[in-house]
Amino acid sequence: MALKPGLRLKSVVCDAELMIIKAADGDNLTCGGESLSDEAPAEKAAGNSDQMNGCVIGKRYVNEAQTIEVLCIKSGDGSLYYNGDELMTKDTKKLPSSD
Amino acid sequence: MNIALFMQMAAEACADRVALTHAGVHFTYEQLFDSSKKAAKHFSESDCEFVSVMDVSSPAVPIAMMGAAMAGITYVPLNYRLSSEQINEQLARIEPVFLIVDDSQVNDYEIKGTVSGRRGLLAELETKPSNDFTWQEDPSAIAIQLFTSGTTGTPKAAILRHEHLVSYILSSIEFMGAEPEQAALISVPPYHIAGISSILSSIYACRRMVQLPNFDPDEWLRLCANEKVTNAFVVPTMLIRIIEQIEQTQFDLASLKSLTAMAYGGGKMPVPVIERALELLPEINFTNAYGLTETSSTISLLDPDDHRNALTDTDPIIKSRLGSVGKALPGVEIEVRDDDGNRLAPFEPGEIYVRGPQVSGEYLERNALIDDGWFPTRDAGHLDEEGYLFLSGRADDVIVRGGENISPAEIEDVLHGHDAIRDVAALAIPSEEWGEAVGLAVVLKGGAELSEDEINAVIRAKLRSSRIPAQLVFADELPYNESGKLLRRVMKAWFE
Repeated sequence: MALKPGLRLKSVVCDAELMIIKAADGDNLTCGGESLSDEAPAEKAAGNSDQMNGCVIGKRYVNEAQTIEVLCIKSGDGSLYYNGDELMTKDTKKLPSSD
Repeated sequence: MNIALFMQMAAEACADRVALTHAGVHFTYEQLFDSSKKAAKHFSESDCEFVSVMDVSSPAVPIAMMGAAMAGITYVPLNYRLSSEQINEQLARIEPVFLIVDDSQVNDYEIKGTVSGRRGLLAELETKPSNDFTWQEDPSAIAIQLFTSGTTGTPKAAILRHEHLVSYILSSIEFMGAEPEQAALISVPPYHIAGISSILSSIYACRRMVQLPNFDPDEWLRLCANEKVTNAFVVPTMLIRIIEQIEQTQFDLASLKSLTAMAYGGGKMPVPVIERALELLPEINFTNAYGLTETSSTISLLDPDDHRNALTDTDPIIKSRLGSVGKALPGVEIEVRDDDGNRLAPFEPGEIYVRGPQVSGEYLERNALIDDGWFPTRDAGHLDEEGYLFLSGRADDVIVRGGENISPAEIEDVLHGHDAIRDVAALAIPSEEWGEAVGLAVVLKGGAELSEDEINAVIRAKLRSSRIPAQLVFADELPYNESGKLLRRVMKAWFE
């Protein structure tokens, strides 16, 4: 499915939910080795046991080229991969609170 | 992309943490989320096209904002301090509306829609069952509409879409970045952009909000101490009054030991005031935040290190930065341009332009963005060589005297440093000879004496003679609105 900014997706292998912030290089995004879906499946799929390092709510995940950015909106056991590359967390620059 | 996501995530990760304290009553993130979903259903069933809170801060504010966001209805907070005429004009522009007011005023408004008291609404929501409201995700849907206080004519309806607000929060706030013991004192009104963004950033950071519905310096200090507030945002006039209160009552600063961070914005901070605050409260990290309604609030920050360096460094460039509004936020571009739209070099004064994913620059009436996403702020200023931004007032406030542009800030900054002067404002007054001339309104400190001649001598010594006022008026205080903005057009009447 087309990964448009704002799209919310659910993992089919774990409880994770993501929101797409940016996806500039195709739609090959996986969680725990499987593509995500807009609906939670009735039964979870098995997943790739090598790709179950987890993703954490509130973290933003990117690849090195920064062609993808997703926000994890619910934690889960699966790791995130885009075009075969594992995604890393992007740190929010530590700004003083200003509001 | 919907700002309601922030409420959902906070409730997911910090369900039982206190989200909000109001008059000593606590609400957890789960409770706030639950109430927001109930409100969403309630608003959806009322056939309104706008949800409005015209009231002081209360739990109804974040609940209504999030409920409206979930229901896909534009949220329009209104300024309850406006005249009836102004209020009715604005109400007529947001029909049909679900209007939330003080419970005593429920019968005062005849509008197309529903009027509810804030206590009445919360009580009603208590009776409703919890629900699992699922909302639409349209990044381009309008989340918030704010009527801007224009200097002339009808207020414009500034709009902020979900994508602007979400972008601002995601790029400037770390999710759950607040420790459980942190608490933010919110004393700016709900219809001010800072009042709105402080709710969004507090929720996303999972930092407890402590609401102070009506600012009073004594109450502010008491609440800081009693609720162990760690963060606060104030407008400059509030900081002035807090400092005065501390000094006049010899307030025991040890009771403020929980307070570690103060941010300020919404208007120009006189340098002597922030210097005094830094001296009085050296443990506190001060941040100056500059932003506009149209830019989803903050676009530049002068951080705590900048503040301390400016105070202690001997380099005049670094010292001068205490009078700046800092550097652009990541992802935000700032430029200064001349009247023809050409980009200016450092230190050249002109109009400030800004661009970035959080910048809306859109009104219902028109889209003010030009040139591939740049928003002309109508604020005058300049950048220094390292990107520090200095403001010199609204472009509209410039005094055009005999073809020469005089910025009020130039004169005000010189006089703010005078020991006998508490407050001062320079404005354009009509002049047969010059077109416009300088009018000066001065507020002296209690017990101080200073004559017009002495004031003119100070101006003559530090600036050019064209800056000497054609007319000078002494006043007991200058008129500010609740957002801390100086009301120059109100003062014009003092010079007739």
